[in-house]
Amino acid sequence: MVSLEKTLVVMPAYNEEAAIAGVIAEVYATLPGVGVLVVNDGSSDATVAVARAAGATVVDLPFNLGVGGAMRTGFKFARSNGFDNVVQVDSDGQHDPIGVPALVEALQTNDVAIGARFAGEGDYDARGPRRWAMTVLATVVSRIAHTPLTDTTSGFRAAGPRAVAIFADHYPAEYLGDTVESLVLAARAGCRITQVPVSMRPRAGGTPSHDPVKAAVYLGRACLALVIALWRPPLALSPEATPAA
Amino acid sequence: MTVTTYVFGIVSAALVLLVVFEMLRRRRVRERHALAWIVAGAFALLVAIFPQLLTNTASLIGISVPTNLGFFIGVVVLFLVSVQHSAELTVLEEKSRTLAENVALQDERIARLEAEVRTPGQDPRA
Repeated sequence: MVSLEKTLVVMPAYNEEAAIAGVIAEVYATLPGVGVLVVNDGSSDATVAVARAAGATVVDLPFNLGVGGAMRTGFKFARSNGFDNVVQVDSDGQHDPIGVPALVEALQTNDVAIGARFAGEGDYDARGPRRWAMTVLATVVSRIAHTPLTDTTSGFRAAGPRAVAIFADHYPAEYLGDTVESLVLAARAGCRITQVPVSMRPRAGGTPSHDPVKAAVYLGRACLALVIALWRPPLALSPEATPAA
Repeated sequence: MTVTTYVFGIVSAALVLLVVFEMLRRRRVRERHALAWIVAGAFALLVAIFPQLLTNTASLIGISVPTNLGFFIGVVVLFLVSVQHSAELTVLEEKSRTLAENVALQDERIARLEAEVRTPGQDPRA
């Protein structure tokens, strides 16, 4: 089992007072020694107080920035507080923290590890147009990243030191930026990306952030985000802390 | 063209310039944002005083109805100004996003340092 001393679990939270305490407790119980940072994304409920009481470090954004903004805050926190790795875990209990060690383990030879939902484990299932949209995205991003990826929209993912350095300054805040665009950005900067099969659970609280009916709009905007991400000049990767081949 | 329409054109263009300069004077608008409106207003005033400028240019480039040239230029100016506003909005959003992130991070850091001052030697996160 890998050491989690230098690993920070970042949980972006928007109005998650119902679920977050349980998720934090589970993370601490499952992953001894890990740092937990809750980034409150302008919640109007008691998310901050609940998360603090549960023992997490809380960074409280003054207004809602979306998952991308919350995650960039988390990456900045990791950078200035001596954490090497950042693992993004949803605050609604959808991501099982039991999958975190496998993700961190994968960071020894990669810069980004995605917890993939369709890779065999668990019973997560998306249907219809939304599933097709995810397949299209996965195919395109796999090609850009030069590695087979099946679930590019998963929010359960880990970033190693080189990726943290890039994401702390450039993590996108646009629609879908926190999933697809961030992968394109990392891949084009030269980061090594891999995926690790994880199981997902139904949400413990809160409402889903995507309506399956809007799949067509979703795919359209995702493709636009992809094209624009590919059009931008690639970012430079810092030479230090290269993961072993 | 009657005298009424001639005067109406000049007054309209002058009004545009007057409004923009008044807003500049009251610091309601910054010079860099007002520049496009000043240029457009000056151009409109010029055309209002010398309508044959528009007529001649239109026939020179083969537009049979000179007002269409006027409309076209108007649309182009409005388009450029709105694109510029979209770009500025994006810059401002990025700036406020960065500020919000840094404020939140500093809040957390201050709280941690205050706790440290109250109970020295202890890591409040431990």
